[in-house]
Amino acid sequence: MNDMRSVERIVDVNDVKISARNVQVFYGENHAIKDVNVDIRDKTVTAFIGPSGCGKSTFLRCLNRMNDTIPGCRIEGEIRMDGEDIYDRRVDPVQLRAKVGMVFQKPNPFPKSIYDNVAYGPRIHGLSRNRTELDEIVERSLRRAALWGEVKDRLASPGTGLSGGQQQRLCIARAVATEPEVLLMDEPCSALDPIATAQVENLIDELRGQFSVVIVTHSMQQAARVSQRTAFFHLGHLVEYGETGQIFTTPQDPRTESYITGRIG
Amino acid sequence: MTDQSAASASPAHHGSLLSADPLTKRRNAAETRFKYYGMSAVIIALLALIWLLISIFGVGASAFRQTFIALQVELPEAKLDKSGTRDPAVMAKVTTVGYAAVLSNALHKTIAELGIPTDGIDKKKIDALMSQEAAAQLRNRVLADPTLIGRTITVELLASGRIDGYYKGRVTLESARLDSNISPEQLVLADALKSAGVLTQHVNWGFLTAPDASDQRPEAAGLGVAILGSAYMMLVVLCLSLPIGVAASVYLEEFAPKNLFTDIIEVNIANLAAVPSIVYGILGLAVFINFAGLPQSAPIVGGLVLTLMTLPRIIIPARASLKAVPPSIREAALGIGASKIQMVFHHVLPLAAPGILTGMIIGLAQALGETAPLLLIGMVAFVRDFPGAPPSGLFDPAAALPVQIYNWTVRGDPGFVERASGAIIVLLGFLLIMNAVAIVVRRRFERRW
Repeated sequence: MNDMRSVERIVDVNDVKISARNVQVFYGENHAIKDVNVDIRDKTVTAFIGPSGCGKSTFLRCLNRMNDTIPGCRIEGEIRMDGEDIYDRRVDPVQLRAKVGMVFQKPNPFPKSIYDNVAYGPRIHGLSRNRTELDEIVERSLRRAALWGEVKDRLASPGTGLSGGQQQRLCIARAVATEPEVLLMDEPCSALDPIATAQVENLIDELRGQFSVVIVTHSMQQAARVSQRTAFFHLGHLVEYGETGQIFTTPQDPRTESYITGRIG
Repeated sequence: MTDQSAASASPAHHGSLLSADPLTKRRNAAETRFKYYGMSAVIIALLALIWLLISIFGVGASAFRQTFIALQVELPEAKLDKSGTRDPAVMAKVTTVGYAAVLSNALHKTIAELGIPTDGIDKKKIDALMSQEAAAQLRNRVLADPTLIGRTITVELLASGRIDGYYKGRVTLESARLDSNISPEQLVLADALKSAGVLTQHVNWGFLTAPDASDQRPEAAGLGVAILGSAYMMLVVLCLSLPIGVAASVYLEEFAPKNLFTDIIEVNIANLAAVPSIVYGILGLAVFINFAGLPQSAPIVGGLVLTLMTLPRIIIPARASLKAVPPSIREAALGIGASKIQMVFHHVLPLAAPGILTGMIIGLAQALGETAPLLLIGMVAFVRDFPGAPPSGLFDPAAALPVQIYNWTVRGDPGFVERASGAIIVLLGFLLIMNAVAIVVRRRFERRW
């Protein structure tokens, strides 16, 4: 009986990858995130939706401490990944960011070759012992990002020479090459055309098998298509969080309903 | 309602498109005026530049050509090495006076062989066709190679400054009548030597390689020591200001916290870039020479002073080009788990490199042409000895190109006018090369993102 319970508990803990409690974010005097509590599950796509300026990107950037680089930004509350407080003094944000990869709104490949773009993370984190292993990591990452077929013959050409959609997939390949546990995506499709968007969305669905994906999006259709769970942010508050289907069909909060029906935002 | 008010506010929009309304005409006229202002400013600047270049090249180009006298010179052992030991230390007892006599004999002999009449010309005046420097040059040549003694060698020696000036148009038969240094008879003799092929004009490499010469010998003055001194100083400036400047700008731009202290530093760097360069000379005199006890006239001191002067001028463009690297590249690197220093050295610095290097080269070019601070630390001294090889040579006395130009312009002999302009041409040549390198570097390293 006792054993049963402990097994259950482990599953529970594993199930929640990141848990945030009473998170407050201030930009100087501006209180950008107010009292957010959220549990992000492992091997799940979680979408953050909400009108512009509602704090969804700010909250996303708390999860890998990218906000540390912004002067005047202050974070209160507690964010735990696998039970460890990522804002603990002993945590090196550099180490954290190796575990929590990030894909940005605008494709931002390094002005280097396609190969070097993908190999950069594994190189600095010492994930490969020799050139052959590195080659394998690069190929595997590009395959996971559904880009291998298009670039395998021109790995030495610059990453900036690819099309917008290819560049964004290259950035995804670069992020997954470091074997992160969580992948944060900040409006990854907002600069892409519908075809490239569809490719990236398919990719997100596949990536779910390996790690937890958190995606910020402006498009409610996209949230409905790719995510299993959805969080709705409004004016710095987490208004509602639950199963994607439930949020879009039977929202509990009137603000959520107004937003998804297009009356606010 | 809105339509009506808009229409009444701008009735002009309803006229024909084929004729310009008054407002459009005014705007077009302003545009045309502005275009002409700009064009006239550019034309004035170009004319000034062309004028400058024409005047400098017109005066200075002749410094690269010189009049030489070719003689068969017999080097008698009896006069130049009485001991017969061929030991340079012993031979050094024979001064330039002894060698001048040897040259004088050779010249008179040549004139006699050619059958050129020398009636009424004093023997000394014939000798005066040759530069006083010629004897010293022959002496150095013989001391360097004692086996020449006893043989007859061909010597190409410098003609005196006045003779050289005669063939460059500075001296005429009329002006020679009034000149105590030269007489018309000497010029006639020079013409005879020229038609005999003894006296010729050709390219003067000595202008670039020889050291400076005294006031009476403009024909022998060269830029060798000055070019070497300037090169040494640039070496010091490059070795100090590139690492310090890049490190300072990277720290200030990427690592330093933004607070009052760094704000003050920032303002001060901008102010230092505007401090008159002579102030750096006073600082260098006080700190490096009086306090630290470094030697005067030494390229190391000049280099240190110019480094101080150049640093703010390097840091400002370096910071600007670091700032110009898009933040998305920094985020990409940080987001992948790169540390800040990896972000800077792997991504930001390579992208900022063309701007930093361009600023660096332009800063160096400014330092190369800087005169005022060098005057104060003794680079204005008359230096004839070449400094040794670095690093110890950095502490030997040397001259500098811009100071040499200043030095020559204040000298009395008219021969130095062309020397000064020639030195300006050399300095401009170096500046042109450095700016060309800056352009090539920018093209080579420029990458798009």
